[in-house]
Amino acid sequence: MLIELKEIKKTYNQGRPNEHIALGGISLSIDEGLLTVLKGPSGSGKTTLLSILGCMARPTAGRIMLREREITSLPERFLTEIRRSTFGFIFQQFNLIKGISALENVMVPAYPRGEKRHILKEKAGHLLELFNISHKASARIEWLSGGEAQRVTIARALINDPMALIADEPTAHLDTRLSLEFMEIMGRLKGEGKTLLIASHDPIVYNSAVVDRLVEMRDGMLVATGSG
Amino acid sequence: MIWVEKQRNIIDFTISSLFRRKGKIAALTAVYTLIVFILASVIFFTSAIRREASLILRDAPEIVVQRLVAGRHDLIPLSYAERIREIRGVQAVSGRLWGYYYDPVYGANYTLVVPVDFPHPPGNIVIGDGLKRSSGATRDDIFPLRSHDGAMIPFIIKETISAASDLITADTILISEEDFRSLFGIAGGYATDLTLKVRNPKELSTIARKIGMIYPDTRPISRDEILRTYESVFDWRGGMMIVVLSGSVLAFVIFAWDKATGLSAEEKKEIGILKGLGWETSDVLLMKFWEGTAVSLSSFLMGILLAYCHVFFTASTLFEPALKGWSVIYPDFRLTPFIDPLQVANLFFLTVIPYTVATIAPSWRAATIDPDAVMRG
Repeated sequence: MLIELKEIKKTYNQGRPNEHIALGGISLSIDEGLLTVLKGPSGSGKTTLLSILGCMARPTAGRIMLREREITSLPERFLTEIRRSTFGFIFQQFNLIKGISALENVMVPAYPRGEKRHILKEKAGHLLELFNISHKASARIEWLSGGEAQRVTIARALINDPMALIADEPTAHLDTRLSLEFMEIMGRLKGEGKTLLIASHDPIVYNSAVVDRLVEMRDGMLVATGSG
Repeated sequence: MIWVEKQRNIIDFTISSLFRRKGKIAALTAVYTLIVFILASVIFFTSAIRREASLILRDAPEIVVQRLVAGRHDLIPLSYAERIREIRGVQAVSGRLWGYYYDPVYGANYTLVVPVDFPHPPGNIVIGDGLKRSSGATRDDIFPLRSHDGAMIPFIIKETISAASDLITADTILISEEDFRSLFGIAGGYATDLTLKVRNPKELSTIARKIGMIYPDTRPISRDEILRTYESVFDWRGGMMIVVLSGSVLAFVIFAWDKATGLSAEEKKEIGILKGLGWETSDVLLMKFWEGTAVSLSSFLMGILLAYCHVFFTASTLFEPALKGWSVIYPDFRLTPFIDPLQVANLFFLTVIPYTVATIAPSWRAATIDPDAVMRG
């Protein structure tokens, strides 16, 4: 088991008039090497749950175990280190840095690790090649199409060779062909042993044959879990 | 090793970050460089000119004795030298002849000096470079001076004084003792002042006190006092420049503060992305530190370099009138390059450090946002 959540609650703006309960007590375990999809309408708490699973946010209550190790109350520095080495992120808005090349964007998450630049460059080039986008390596990010930007995002998520990939609504800005292509890439990564966590309400994603487990959410609670 | 590579990676990223905001960074660097250039020029000029003056005055007599009549400088009888020479510690005493001469034709003041060994016979003079420039007179030309009785005396220019000492000698005329006395109408037993050579510098104040006791109508001036006067003159000129320029310095501070402290929405978003991708708060601040350092340090070095060229290669063309002139005849000279490291360090701490801090401070808040902000868009 890679991650285990025990009675996780997340409340934003606690104690204020605009208090919002995003997660109301969720217990969930994520197995290694599987593709899990969090499915649910907007506002159901998918993104919040992904943030907590990916050590990006702390829960208001509950415990998080990463490979049987409690990480709930670790200081930010350690949590960042864990996040950097364990997870790769694919954001809904791509969140690529404008003005620099695709290759440099892929390298950005690895900079604080202090790896030698030429090794890093080689690694990033190899990843771009893997996703058939190496011909755009030196192109600025704003010149790329949606599909190309998505593939750069996936390459960036893999630069630190993480155990798991976390994707939040990855097909929201892609057409059907590109969405199918994205799921095909996910299938390939799963075959390489990566654990995949995707939050989506796109049928192309949750109906895909590569999905192992479907977790349904509504109003910050788990509604149902089942195999994909 | 990892630490070094990490710094390298972050510096590389910082540089490409800077290139993305070319316009903003170029404007900032240009204004920053200009300010450092102006301040450094003033500092270089005043410290070099003070050094120049002290080098020239190094060979000056230890004590100069002037005679005062009712508080006014007057000619001193050479007979005073006899008793002063007897004071213990005084090595030599000699009379000096010099005086100012106003030339209504050029509206300028000349300093006429009788050197110890004037190599030319009476009727000849030697002029300073500044005087040569302003009057247009050259070697073997006739240079008339009006004597005390109103008669014009035609002098022949025999040579000009080299530019190396132009700071002091720009308006100087060297003349023979005989000509000087007849020009100013000074009798044989008198001199402008007396110069003393003293063996032990520690005895200067005692000797000066003794002279004052023997001749209450005299005023002994030590070399250090002359040096201090020169220094305060140049410091005052430098200070005046700084005051005049303080307005532009203030404008720069406001400009730099605004540019450095204001984070655009794009920059804030970028910090959020970096945090989301696994950068720590300290990594983001490190990046901002390098960014501030790159701008301020390069501007500082460029400003210093330009100021150096301005002061020592182009003779401070831009503010020559404010810094140099104390007479109608401006000295035209190249200063010997001299930099006071302490003053450069002062300038560094007053420009580079505050700017770098001003760049980091606003990023601190942006860098401490939760990394999941980037997930929530």
